[in-house]
Amino acid sequence: MISHENIEKNLGLLIVLTILIVSVGGLVQIVPLFFQTSTTTPVEGLKPYTALQLMGRDIYIREGCVGCHSQMIRPFRAETERYGHYSVAGEYVYDRPFLWGSKRTGPDLARVGGRYSDAWQVAHLMNPRDVVPESIMPAYPWLDRPLKDTGIQAKMRTLDIVGHGYSEQEIAAAPAALQGKTELDAVIAYLQVLGTHAPKN
Amino acid sequence: MSDFTSGFWPIYISVLTLVSILGTWVFLKSQTTRKFAPGEKAELMEHTWDGDLQDLNNPLPRWWLGLFYGTMIFGLGYLALWPGLGNFAGLLGWTSKGEYQAEVKAAEAKFQPMYAGFMQQDVATVAADPNARAIGKHLFLTYCSQCHGSDAMGAKGFPNLTDNDWLYGGEPDTIVATITNGRAGVMPAWEPILGAQGVKQVANYVLSLSGRKHDAALAEAGKAKFAENCAACHMPDGTGMKALGAPNLTDKVWLYGGNEATIIETISKGRNGVMPALTQTLGTTSNKEAKLHLLAAYVYGLSQKQ
Repeated sequence: MISHENIEKNLGLLIVLTILIVSVGGLVQIVPLFFQTSTTTPVEGLKPYTALQLMGRDIYIREGCVGCHSQMIRPFRAETERYGHYSVAGEYVYDRPFLWGSKRTGPDLARVGGRYSDAWQVAHLMNPRDVVPESIMPAYPWLDRPLKDTGIQAKMRTLDIVGHGYSEQEIAAAPAALQGKTELDAVIAYLQVLGTHAPKN
Repeated sequence: MSDFTSGFWPIYISVLTLVSILGTWVFLKSQTTRKFAPGEKAELMEHTWDGDLQDLNNPLPRWWLGLFYGTMIFGLGYLALWPGLGNFAGLLGWTSKGEYQAEVKAAEAKFQPMYAGFMQQDVATVAADPNARAIGKHLFLTYCSQCHGSDAMGAKGFPNLTDNDWLYGGEPDTIVATITNGRAGVMPAWEPILGAQGVKQVANYVLSLSGRKHDAALAEAGKAKFAENCAACHMPDGTGMKALGAPNLTDKVWLYGGNEATIIETISKGRNGVMPALTQTLGTTSNKEAKLHLLAAYVYGLSQKQ
């Protein structure tokens, strides 16, 4: 019945069998994650990003920060001593897409919220060497420009479809919340909330 | 791993995993041609392409088959020893959390005896110990140098820790409190209240407090405004108040700059000097008290040498 000859000569069967074999990994490793409380329940206190934080997150993605900064503290002592509690799945419930990263040219940023003052963040983004002379991070002086309207309401509505739960009130207030802000304000608002709901001890 | 929303999922994972491994095994077995008898030749398949291109039906190479079955045996062994099949924890009982905790425990056992000695000494004694200073320097470089500089001399808006001039006080307990809870210095913007000319007058009075070059007439006019608006935090004589972190204006130490333009900027727009709390940043292991103690001692020692 299923002989090598039959499979090779019957293209439809070959496609079906190939898809079956290839999908096993995803079916076993990815699908069940959507049915685990630890991956789908936010950690205590975690809220969806506000309009300003959401914009900051988009700029973080645009500037490619994820290329050099991870957002994932692994359960190793060397990491928890430096950054704080190791990351848990429930911290990333509202991260779409996630920004775990895979390379650390700079430090991990999963717990950077509150670690430095806003003034430090401004000085550091304008020119990292002003505060950390040894730094090799590029400067981002152009961030000090007005935030452009990039359809924040549509974005929030889209995220509502996957369960972020923004109320109509929040969506209505979003453009006003971005009024008069710079890209720098948005990025710092995003950075300052990262990891602030980390498990305490 | 026991947090699946329904009991179906562990079974789903186990069944799919095992069926795919065993299914591959059975499939491969069904496709494996037998070994040749001595002298037997490979069968020539019927089709011939391009006139002379022929296809022989040779058996799969034994070494290749061996490797393939080997990976399956390895996979089954892995699934038996480590977690992989739904809720089954694996015969070794390994978890990433357990491994982390063991690592922390081992480090505690190694470092606690040394830390325990330092914990019994007060901050001033620890600060004088060269070994403690060596540890403290590493802690400082990890947690503090980003703002205060690797030489601890600070930067604009970030205090120099080596000059024995303290915004909130340099006693050991105060340093510990500052590191633990952080500080938030709030100087409001005065331009709306004083007006541009008023700010200039007060700035010149502030310049006069530390004996810098100033316009005497403007300073005279600023004196009353200073007493009315600034003295509440900076004290009537301008020597500052450590409880609020209001800087001493009569010395030569300037956090944001001591020229007229910078002082005018400071008074006009106000300043928010924030030092973040380090409780969470210092880590979650049981050494954090020792780290705090050693770090406070190092910072205390920085200005004691002079």
